[in-house]
Amino acid sequence: MGIRERLSGNEAVATAMKQINPDVVAAFPITPSTEIPQYFSSFVSNGVVDTEFVAVESEHSAMSACIGAEAAGSRAMTATSANGMSLMWEMLYIASSLRLPIVMSLVNRAVSGPLNIHNDHSDAMGARDSGWIQLFSENNQEAYDNMIMAHRIAENKNVLLPLMVCQDGFITSHSIENIELIEDEKVKEFVGTYHPEHYLLNAKEPIAVGPLDLQSYLFEHKVQQSEAMKNAKKVILDVAKDFEKMTGRKYGFFEGYKLDDCDMAIVCMNSTAGTTKYVVDELRAKGIKAGCLKIRCFRPFPAEEVAEALKHVKAIAVLDKAASLNAAGGALYEDVVSGMFTSNIHVPTVNYIYGIGGRDTKSTEIETVFDDLATIVKTGEIGNPYRYLGVRGGNK
Amino acid sequence: MQNKIDANTPWEEMTPGGDIYEAGNAKEFKTGSWRSMKPKYLSEKCTQCGLCFPVCPEDAIPVNKEQKREDFNYDYCKGCGVCAKVCPFHAIEME
Amino acid sequence: MAYNLKQVVAEKPSRFTSGHRMCAGCGAPPVARHILRALKPEDHAVVSCATGCMEVSTFIYPYTSWTDSFIHTAFENAAANIAGVEAAYVSLKRQGKLPQDHETKFIAFGGDGGTYDIGLQSLSGAMERGHDMVYVCYDNGAYMNTGIQRSSATPKFADTTTSPAGTKIPGKMQPRKDLTKVLAGHHLPYVGQTIAYMNFKDLYEKAEKAIYTKGPCFLNVLSPCPRGWGYPTDDLMIINKLAVETCYWPLYEIIDGKYVINYKPKNKLPIEEFLKPQKRFKHMFKPGNEWMIEEFQKEVDTRWQELLDLEEMGNK
Repeated sequence: MGIRERLSGNEAVATAMKQINPDVVAAFPITPSTEIPQYFSSFVSNGVVDTEFVAVESEHSAMSACIGAEAAGSRAMTATSANGMSLMWEMLYIASSLRLPIVMSLVNRAVSGPLNIHNDHSDAMGARDSGWIQLFSENNQEAYDNMIMAHRIAENKNVLLPLMVCQDGFITSHSIENIELIEDEKVKEFVGTYHPEHYLLNAKEPIAVGPLDLQSYLFEHKVQQSEAMKNAKKVILDVAKDFEKMTGRKYGFFEGYKLDDCDMAIVCMNSTAGTTKYVVDELRAKGIKAGCLKIRCFRPFPAEEVAEALKHVKAIAVLDKAASLNAAGGALYEDVVSGMFTSNIHVPTVNYIYGIGGRDTKSTEIETVFDDLATIVKTGEIGNPYRYLGVRGGNK
Repeated sequence: MQNKIDANTPWEEMTPGGDIYEAGNAKEFKTGSWRSMKPKYLSEKCTQCGLCFPVCPEDAIPVNKEQKREDFNYDYCKGCGVCAKVCPFHAIEME
Repeated sequence: MAYNLKQVVAEKPSRFTSGHRMCAGCGAPPVARHILRALKPEDHAVVSCATGCMEVSTFIYPYTSWTDSFIHTAFENAAANIAGVEAAYVSLKRQGKLPQDHETKFIAFGGDGGTYDIGLQSLSGAMERGHDMVYVCYDNGAYMNTGIQRSSATPKFADTTTSPAGTKIPGKMQPRKDLTKVLAGHHLPYVGQTIAYMNFKDLYEKAEKAIYTKGPCFLNVLSPCPRGWGYPTDDLMIINKLAVETCYWPLYEIIDGKYVINYKPKNKLPIEEFLKPQKRFKHMFKPGNEWMIEEFQKEVDTRWQELLDLEEMGNK
């Protein structure tokens, strides 16, 4: 079963892309995702894939070319980070509004400014309302697996939305770890071929894409997108089931780690979950009931399911690796809290902004979060709900 | 399906993404009501020189298989008068 | 086969239909329609269009004026969009996923805003990468869709809503960018500058060459705007004629780097003839402003001479 390898996160994604063998890849280099188009263009140069590689002059053109290619009736992919995705901004919204199931690898990095090339989630968090499905990955294995599942989700007739697979820049993208790859033939069969119903290159049925959509129509088109995002929830679970049958690896909207019987839980995404699980194990060894909820599927956001999974917990910390600069907490915190409130579940919940611009988050810092939660459980006092973790100066 | 789409169509019945599957269906949208001046075709003065029909922004001067222009298609003519101005034989009058 | 306008129009149905909502007398629809007529009837085309007058007037949901496949996404990326479509075509055809006996052509349309300015990077990138496509700029010399703001295609001294002719500053103070030459710098197999003139022969033949020359090709077409330029709508063809006869808009092409001027007026008209009918230049004709006309004339003469020199260099 599977092929044992040692790959970096970027190598894992490039390998998945090679196995998916998309028709078009259009990409522009940006740290830390640069290696993906580099590896991929070597596959193209050596005839390993059938892909047309478009070495565009900017990320705006990368997404524009992907939109053209996908609307033309082909499978199009790209990879980027931070400012690269900022430059795509306009086109992200257009890609989803045109219902084009483009798949992108987003190697998370801090969005300028000031300039910083290291990891946080400000790029992905900013795109949370752009109509893209967003899957997060704790490590290279998950980045690879999410990529293999991506097209089946995005191209489903009830979904037809673009999808980005996120992983942490450098921490995951450049760390070499063990990985279990799936055989090429199995990937090919799992991903399947793309057969869009309507496409530009169908000379028998010329179509028009991208209208001026005025007051009488845009609202209804947005409702369609919104409903498609709701539909994606079922499809994400269905595809995960098939994936589990093939690999034995289980995926859902999120992973609960020692969550069911815990008193205190940390909610987080991507590589921080690895650190948190380590701390949970240490605390458990001391008899402290700590747990972790790692979000995999951030868009669509599984609000009800998250609330249900956390309802028994006595205190919760949500870790946001992006400062929302809104004086009311980070994006993940807002989603978790509003999900719980809507489900009429009321658990003391605090927010930590952490890891900005690649600031290292150590296990000792995660321990302090659990310490804080223990205090909240004991005193029932939340205090300041909007906190920082790992910053110098006051207002921890 | 999209032929029936109008301002009363529920979202479930609209084309996803705003795509249109019947290319060229703008023909169903008549622009003749924009007109304030109306060109009149005086066929007896027309020499079929061919200067008028390519200049029409609306494609409202039909040309038949015999390569001859016919009377205006007032469904679309916006009355701009470009055709009348290019006619050397005064075979189009604006009124 | 020699060009025969009547035959072309009679035998090749319009691929840009009536029912669009461009202004009465707009110069752009006859240009787009005639360019598309240069396609072989059996060939399918995919057209991309930059946001601008042409796009927002021809594809208002749920109606489209384009009988070929059409894509619009944004203002600055018509070239990148069509490049993506073309890349998909190359890929799918190579893989045997599309009918092998069928040709598809790729044409992008953009106004001067979407081409000279905000879309220049996307255009330059697509041209350099060598996609098999034609980019057509319909140049109306300002951002007309948003209400006549100056662009880098706007001629010097023109009165626009962001370069108003005031008491201190008499209109736009910078001369027009020569985009055709910028594209010439990309060393493309075919670059043409044209206009809808006379029986549209120049426009049609250049479109045909651009569409059926393999590789990235560019057409720059002057396309008057009665509202933005301030002339009566019925004067479209007179304005076009004056643009050519004054050498304001020379008709020329660059084939594999060789310049060919397609029309040299026997009697080059003074630039006043082109400027006078247009309200955007009205202030240039006030007493005391003669220098503006002189300067404008000098600019036109310099550029025309440069073109003549370039053509001559190619003949050596």
